[in-house]
Amino acid sequence: MSMASKTISSRLPDIVGAAHVINDPAQLSFYEIDQKKPGAAVRPGSREEVAEIVKFAAAENLAVIPAGARTKLGMGLPPARYDVALDMTRLDRVIAYDPSDLTLAVEAGHSLRQLLGLLGDHRQFLPLFVPYLSRTTVGGTIAAGVDSPLRQHYGTARDFVLGMEYVTGEGVLAKSGGRVVKNVSGYDLHKLMIGSLGTLGVIVSVNFKTFPAPVATRGFVATFEKLESVVEMRHSVARSALTPLTMEIVSPHVAELFASEAAARISSGAMPPNVISPNHWAFASGYTGNEKVLARYEADYRGMAEELGAVNVTVLGDTTRPPAFSRKREFVPIALASSPAATIMKISVLPARLKELLLQAQRAAESNSLAWAALVRGIGVIYLAILPLDRAEQSRAHVATATNEILAAAVKLDGHGTIPWAPSEWKGALQIWGLERGDLAQMRKVKKVFDPHGIMAPGRFVGAL
Amino acid sequence: MDKRLLQDLKKLLGVDMVLHRPEELLLYEYDGSVETARPSCVVFPETKAHVVGIVELANRYQTPIVGRGAGTGLSGGALARHGGIVVVFSRMNRILEVDVENQRAVVQPGVVNAELSAAAAPLGLYYAPDPSSQKACTIGGNVSENSGGPHTLVYGVTTNHVLSLEVVLPSGELVRLGSQAVDSSGYDLPGLFVGSEGTLALVTEITVRLMRLPETVKTLLAIFDTLDDTTETVAAITSGGITPAACEMLDGWTLRAVEAYVHAGFPLDSAAVLLIDIDGTREAAESQAEEVAEVCRKHHAREVRMARDARERELLWKGRKNAFGAVGRFSTTYYVQDGVIPRTKLPQTLRRITEISEKYGFQIGNIFHAGDGNLHPLILFDARDEKQLRGAVAAADEIIAFCVQMGGAITGEHGVGMEKDRLMPLIFNEDDLDVMRRIRDAFNPTGLLNPDKILPIKKGCGEIYARPIPAAGSAPA
Repeated sequence: MSMASKTISSRLPDIVGAAHVINDPAQLSFYEIDQKKPGAAVRPGSREEVAEIVKFAAAENLAVIPAGARTKLGMGLPPARYDVALDMTRLDRVIAYDPSDLTLAVEAGHSLRQLLGLLGDHRQFLPLFVPYLSRTTVGGTIAAGVDSPLRQHYGTARDFVLGMEYVTGEGVLAKSGGRVVKNVSGYDLHKLMIGSLGTLGVIVSVNFKTFPAPVATRGFVATFEKLESVVEMRHSVARSALTPLTMEIVSPHVAELFASEAAARISSGAMPPNVISPNHWAFASGYTGNEKVLARYEADYRGMAEELGAVNVTVLGDTTRPPAFSRKREFVPIALASSPAATIMKISVLPARLKELLLQAQRAAESNSLAWAALVRGIGVIYLAILPLDRAEQSRAHVATATNEILAAAVKLDGHGTIPWAPSEWKGALQIWGLERGDLAQMRKVKKVFDPHGIMAPGRFVGAL
Repeated sequence: MDKRLLQDLKKLLGVDMVLHRPEELLLYEYDGSVETARPSCVVFPETKAHVVGIVELANRYQTPIVGRGAGTGLSGGALARHGGIVVVFSRMNRILEVDVENQRAVVQPGVVNAELSAAAAPLGLYYAPDPSSQKACTIGGNVSENSGGPHTLVYGVTTNHVLSLEVVLPSGELVRLGSQAVDSSGYDLPGLFVGSEGTLALVTEITVRLMRLPETVKTLLAIFDTLDDTTETVAAITSGGITPAACEMLDGWTLRAVEAYVHAGFPLDSAAVLLIDIDGTREAAESQAEEVAEVCRKHHAREVRMARDARERELLWKGRKNAFGAVGRFSTTYYVQDGVIPRTKLPQTLRRITEISEKYGFQIGNIFHAGDGNLHPLILFDARDEKQLRGAVAAADEIIAFCVQMGGAITGEHGVGMEKDRLMPLIFNEDDLDVMRRIRDAFNPTGLLNPDKILPIKKGCGEIYARPIPAAGSAPA
């Protein structure tokens, strides 16, 4: 037993009770991140316990990685150190929910799916239809900073998180923001926590603005021969008066992924046939409203699609839309399950540059003999899945070359990219956080304030923070 | 102040671009709040190189710097609390780019808010955050304060519309935060800097999102005989399926003041009105406007008027946006407060404000963003009478304390500045404030930039901090 393990096993049970400390190596495999196993796992039951644990870890210089349902721990660089797995799933209470005020305060370990169920009882929802929805926790979703197809209309977490309580890397329980929908009291420190992968501290609770649930939602899908046409379709909608809930571009080959056995397991229901096809690009958009509004969207979309020479047009309704939507939502896990070495890039560009970037990405993948598929948010975010056949050395070299080319292309087009998901053993060879950037020194300042001892998920973030 | 600093500033910017005589500084002692503070000098940079140069000089001479846009702020954010150099951005007022395809604009900080929307309108776009002072206030000021406005109910406040910032840090470094495309990876630095009230950096360039002008806007005026009916309607609307683009409330006293000035057609004998905008496609806006009208009627609206055309709509909104000016006809000075509460707490909060008005003997008008629970009580007083000023501040404090008690916050869109730093302990404990303080010190280690704003002076002073008596406030634009 290492020194660290000895210290851990003597102190952690005092804080949370022996029943909530895991030392057994077999059980600890469950907490592995990038093939690194922690010395112990601990399951706090309150925010005070979280603070105690981190305070202890800071004093002993133990590296802590907080996690919820452990669905997105593959994101980022491998941790430099990993002593304590902080399992947040016992912090699963709804602290306050006021449907009439449309505000919610919930602990980080709460299941997102169950939370959506609770909100649904009041005809409300959170626009967090994110990957791994059936398993993920609120805190994990926020810490990972993943987005949702609904961002087209509702934005991302930074637009509807009202406040947070967190434990800093020194074990201090603190908060920022509040529980009202408009608030400029003090610095918005909670925004820093979103997407920080646990490198600043532990999110213990989150305050949200909730939204009235849309009624009667439809989906419109049009397929095109050419990338130019599908991108033009996106631009036509952006220029129009329509304000859809979702708007995405789906590349060729996504059809095979969505028809796969993995997709059936991860998402819900059967993909309706002949909506998208393996050889075509597709435009997909969800919209809501009363009958008149729905008819207007359909008519306008049909007109635009026809003008651009769509191959096929489908309107998805109450039964056909959910399976298609859930596959779009779960694009990342579906892609990860479809290749032994799936590598997924996230690239942001200005919408006017989408076509150019997608062409270059296509070229980079194909010239390196790599299969690929892309899901593109109309707002200018591309999830590009590169799908090698194996984990062989040659595949790794091809993926490294292709991703380097694409990252450089993105920067040249005033955009930027990262590689959020890649096989652990390849991460050293890939530019996981993209190309060098000008604001890293400022990020270091933030990290130093929240985590002066460098114990919070060390090494996983941008610049190995 | 140091004569050599003045000389160096003049050398950097030109003689005319540095003000330092007392009569020249007078204007810059004020903003829209009741606070005052006199700067040592006022400078007008024209380029980012000027801004860097000013910061370097401030460092060399260890003199505080405070950024300032149009001076319409309502919490003393742009006042030089401890003297020093006030950097006015009015000459950095160019719209550098309106990018229609990507629905964004790149602007210098001194661009006036309404001018950006005016420039974008012929291209079918607009900039959504619209503070009431939008004809004067600048985007740079909006970024510092994270400003809101009536139409932020559905589209969000400044922070929801800023993609990227170029800033000059107190060290003199010029840094870009965020990116032109969405989702800059790494910590959300624009999210931290927007609303930091000029305490972390001076902003030299801003990239904002532009929205597409809606196809249809429906404006409703719902007239009520009791305040309770009005506030209950607000809660019913926002918790229903429709989020209006704006939902503003004017109480009876305020709407009478406005009507006498603007002649917007507000009914003189009502207890309150709601001014509601619904926008979107023609089909959506029409049906939603009808649904909202129905909710108003169900909650005993005496009458619901729908503006028939753009002219009628503009007249109603002119009434709202000029309300502060209208109130200025009744009282030379007034104190605009800014509190937030959960929307369902509107009825008891307005009742409490009435009690506070009676207790202190001040007329308090209420005109505010009801849809998001953001109150703006206007306390009318005579600033020449020190006792009245003290009373107005005490009444305001009591209102804010009640907002906090209701689960709200001390400011929704005006900022903390030097007006409410002493109230921060009402909502944050020492640990919360300490993390904020350390973030400030990480970027602004010597307190060169806008010193002693937002955060109360270190522990122990929070509760006993004695408020100095400010001079008369000026009416905001």
